[in-house]
Amino acid sequence: MISVLTAVLYLLLAPIAGGFIAGIDRKLTARMQGRVGPPVLQPFYDVAKLFEKEDVTVTPSQNFYILSYLVFMAVTGAIFFAGGDLLLVLFAFTLAHVFIVLGAYAAYSPYSYVGAERELITLMAYEPMIILTAVGLYLVTGSFYVSEIAASEVPAALYLPGVLIGFLTVLTIKLRKSPFDISTSHHAHQELVKGLTTEFSGPTLAKIEIAHWYETVVLLGIVYLFFGFNPLLALVAIAVTYFLEVFIDNTFSRMKWQWTMKEGWGVAVTLGFINLAVLYYFYLGV
Amino acid sequence: MAYLKKSPWLIHYDASSCNGCDIEVLACLTPLYDVERFGIINTGNPKHADVFVITGSINDLNREVVKNIYEQMPNPKVVVAVGICACSGGVFAECYNVSGGVDQVIPVDVYVPGCAARPESIIDGIVKALGILEEKRAKMTEMEAVHA
Repeated sequence: MISVLTAVLYLLLAPIAGGFIAGIDRKLTARMQGRVGPPVLQPFYDVAKLFEKEDVTVTPSQNFYILSYLVFMAVTGAIFFAGGDLLLVLFAFTLAHVFIVLGAYAAYSPYSYVGAERELITLMAYEPMIILTAVGLYLVTGSFYVSEIAASEVPAALYLPGVLIGFLTVLTIKLRKSPFDISTSHHAHQELVKGLTTEFSGPTLAKIEIAHWYETVVLLGIVYLFFGFNPLLALVAIAVTYFLEVFIDNTFSRMKWQWTMKEGWGVAVTLGFINLAVLYYFYLGV
Repeated sequence: MAYLKKSPWLIHYDASSCNGCDIEVLACLTPLYDVERFGIINTGNPKHADVFVITGSINDLNREVVKNIYEQMPNPKVVVAVGICACSGGVFAECYNVSGGVDQVIPVDVYVPGCAARPESIIDGIVKALGILEEKRAKMTEMEAVHA
């Protein structure tokens, strides 16, 4: 059930896939704004450049936290792609984010603090919906194991439309897309210096980027689980999802953090809970 | 390995410019010129920046700010003075409160004259700066190899 091979493949290939996705993201964004945009390989150039730069460290502990962030993000994905327990995946995922918040708090900088606080708010906003996603997938497929959910013939997306829409909403929060890019964003012009990543430079910033690539692949992997009954449909769903994320990113401006909380919890309660309640009482026959 | 040239991130600071050059710097980011196709990103954070683009002349109020931003940037880094005020103080050079161009405070690598400097010449100046950036990186790697 647990496959080491896929986990190793994930560890090797996910940064490449994640980097390409980020490159396509920037190209699409540029085209939507009527620009030519950078080459698709641009995220790789950026990270390679960051490794060439001097490593300016404010406090030694901050680099340790960022390394932990990268390692735990890789572990999260490795458990996921090994077909492990989805709950364990989500806990490792949260732990990784706790590390980046600690890293931002470690550097004595008001901008970094604001970014860290906002990242905590984002964590609070998306966490309930992510747990509901795991619960929903368990209810329809009868397993918390990723390998069994992915192999299940049950059309999870049809039973869990509310949970799916809820998950896509928090996916926007998670990928730091507008209107939810409150802690840090890829666009400099709506920034409190650089939020969460203000105090990180050079190789440390590169590690944050690579961790983000790992993260993107895991999150899109969760989208796959909703469509596990038809792999081709799942790939189409992932492509459509990501296109929508870029589209939303370009049509919204950043909103206040209160709005992120309202969206995250409001969606989790209304769509997630109602979906699960309907499923529980009408389909599972209690 | 010269990835620096493919992904220069810049920080833009308005010393005491009239905003003319600043508008032209921002024009470089618009769809017409779109410098992001060369991987150039305007960051708001000196710790992420490789190129320091500065407009306007130096006076007693911004002297420390300019120095501070420059010192926060990780090596290798280059400075591009955009506009005649940043190059030499321009028509304000003789003012009682103006010390002169940016090179009074920090070392400048590329001077882009003009009032206001045109987007084409700003992009040209930044591309020139990238060559200097690459030289500095090579020198830095050499030094590291010697000390290691």
